Amino acid sequence: MAILVDRDTRLLVQGITGREGEFHSRKMIEYGTAVVAGVTPGKGGQWACDGKVPVFDTVAEAVEATEANTSIVYVPARFAADAILEAASGGICLIVCITEGIPTLDMIRVRAYVDQQGGRLVGPNCPGLLSPGRAKVGIMPGHIATPGPVGVVSRSGTLTYEVVYALTARGMGQTTCVGIGGDPIIGTTFVDALEMFEADPLTEQVVLIGEIGGSDEERAARFIAERMVKPVTAFVAGRTAPPGKRMGHAGAIVQGGSGTAAEKIAAFEAVGVPVAEHPEQIPELVAQN
Amino acid sequence: MNLHEYQSKRLFAAHGVPIPRGEVASTPQEARAVAEELGVPVVVKAQVLVGGRGKAGGIRLAQTPEEAEQVAGEILGMEIKGLAVTKVLLDEAADIEQEIYLGVVVDRAVRRPVVMASSEGGVEIEEVARTSPEAIHKVSVDPFLGLRGYQTLTLAKGIGLSGAHFRAFDRIAHGLYQTFVDCDASLAEINPLVVTGPGSSRGGDGGLLAVDGKMALDDNALFRHPELAEMRDVDEETPAEREARQAGLSYVQLDGHVGCMVNGAGLAMATMDVIKHFGSAPANFLDIGGGAKAERVATALRLILADPGVEAVLFNVFGGITRCDEVARGILAAFEEVEPDVPLIARLVGTNEEEGRAILESSGYRLITAATLADAAQKAVAAAGDGSGRG
Repeated sequence: MAILVDRDTRLLVQGITGREGEFHSRKMIEYGTAVVAGVTPGKGGQWACDGKVPVFDTVAEAVEATEANTSIVYVPARFAADAILEAASGGICLIVCITEGIPTLDMIRVRAYVDQQGGRLVGPNCPGLLSPGRAKVGIMPGHIATPGPVGVVSRSGTLTYEVVYALTARGMGQTTCVGIGGDPIIGTTFVDALEMFEADPLTEQVVLIGEIGGSDEERAARFIAERMVKPVTAFVAGRTAPPGKRMGHAGAIVQGGSGTAAEKIAAFEAVGVPVAEHPEQIPELVAQN
Repeated sequence: MNLHEYQSKRLFAAHGVPIPRGEVASTPQEARAVAEELGVPVVVKAQVLVGGRGKAGGIRLAQTPEEAEQVAGEILGMEIKGLAVTKVLLDEAADIEQEIYLGVVVDRAVRRPVVMASSEGGVEIEEVARTSPEAIHKVSVDPFLGLRGYQTLTLAKGIGLSGAHFRAFDRIAHGLYQTFVDCDASLAEINPLVVTGPGSSRGGDGGLLAVDGKMALDDNALFRHPELAEMRDVDEETPAEREARQAGLSYVQLDGHVGCMVNGAGLAMATMDVIKHFGSAPANFLDIGGGAKAERVATALRLILADPGVEAVLFNVFGGITRCDEVARGILAAFEEVEPDVPLIARLVGTNEEEGRAILESSGYRLITAATLADAAQKAVAAAGDGSGRG
């Protein structure tokens, strides 16, 4: 088993005929993911990815025809909120949003609506999900990961790849790599991912990669202390980030003196979670668990 | 993106929030004319996008139009925390009986907008949160229901406002919340919101007046607010940050000596941290994004080298979907446009890393390559030397 995506994932790609959507759909198919449908309004009836994937105008039609259970959103920022809402109201239970740059107030309403529908959102502004050897739903490079017992959850993209690559190089494979995204308002949080990893029989330990901004890492530290048996290793990016400046990700900002790396590191250390000084130290710490 | 006080207050006023009569001036002569028009006394306030204007002497009272001209002349020449004052706001002086705080922010933990009020106005809310958190009252707003009357009443009672002010407070809180929503703000704040005394020529709406205001807007939503995007004060950014923004690069200038060029925001932060870990300091945050095309790499390199404090440049690129050999070619093409005059350390890892490294090593440029991030950072720190700068 893995978490969130596995061999039973039947994937619908929203924005499949766009440049990003088409490129990454091919990569996901190559990896072995069951990409069963695409949606692009106005292009219903066409086929994408060399005739492999049927395209529909709406999510509802695609679900009806293909029994898709998971959706990935590649549509541009100004249409992405609507795409997530359409997926949630169309009965999709897991929605992964890659798109960066969705307005925060839109995401507040979108997240509340997805919750009401009983769905789960991952992202936005995230690299998606990768269960090595099982399924890839997102943009993570498949070849850097390998199956194994470590769960990885992160707010970042390339920093996650860096850590996964280092783990793989040391023979430490992964159950699932979860990119939760770098925006202020996201769907799945660290705590949600930790809860799933704790319940997953194949996952033996977890690597958590946080960064400055917000207090999701502090809540994760409390959850680890109170509810987890499996060991967790952490890294927090942004020790040198100055206050008041946004570090690329919309959510990576120290505001009003809170959300600093120092506070987050202290929260982890206080509950006995080892925190790596730099990303390449993570495999060493994992080996000690 | 942050808005000036005068811009924020005008937006509040358009949503029914009472503000003092006032006008902006950019010369002492204009300031005098404004004071004559408004009547004295007036408050002359520096319009810069940093906190602590008052302490820096950027807010002063003038009793006559002549004094307003003189005071404006002094403030317009000032620099506050490195930002030159190019505009002053002249406001009719208010007779202040009590100062309160009212603000709206996004609470990430509960994923809702939250309206905050405090009886301790006039000081920064972070300061109040530190010293007397019990003085801050909050209500979180359901995104589908909006701010409700019972919630503003809860706040008014919480901060000890008298019943005579409830209706005015409710109207102001709704006006502020609506401004926040309509403008896609991440912060909208009135500090202080004052209860005016009998000396006020205009008691505001039932005796409440928004004397100072501040807004921060969500950059991701500016596409649907072109009129707000135009309000951007380019003086807020360094010239390098402005060029980066226009080129679509994410760049923040810092004061260390190792320039950083990295793909991805999280990895860029981690790279800065590793440089610090090995004893130096990063000169910047820079995310070149995916693809690493030659043109973007060249722009990024030009920005980094324009900083006289930079003594070495570290490229840290993780090739995922992006291939390292492509990135290596991008770096070499950038060197055609920008001749680097400091040591360059390159670490390319991931897809096609051997090919990428080979391309860089055979280029003839004095490039130091590294296999790991720790190795690259140590080499960059050593190359940057004693931190005396290039002058």
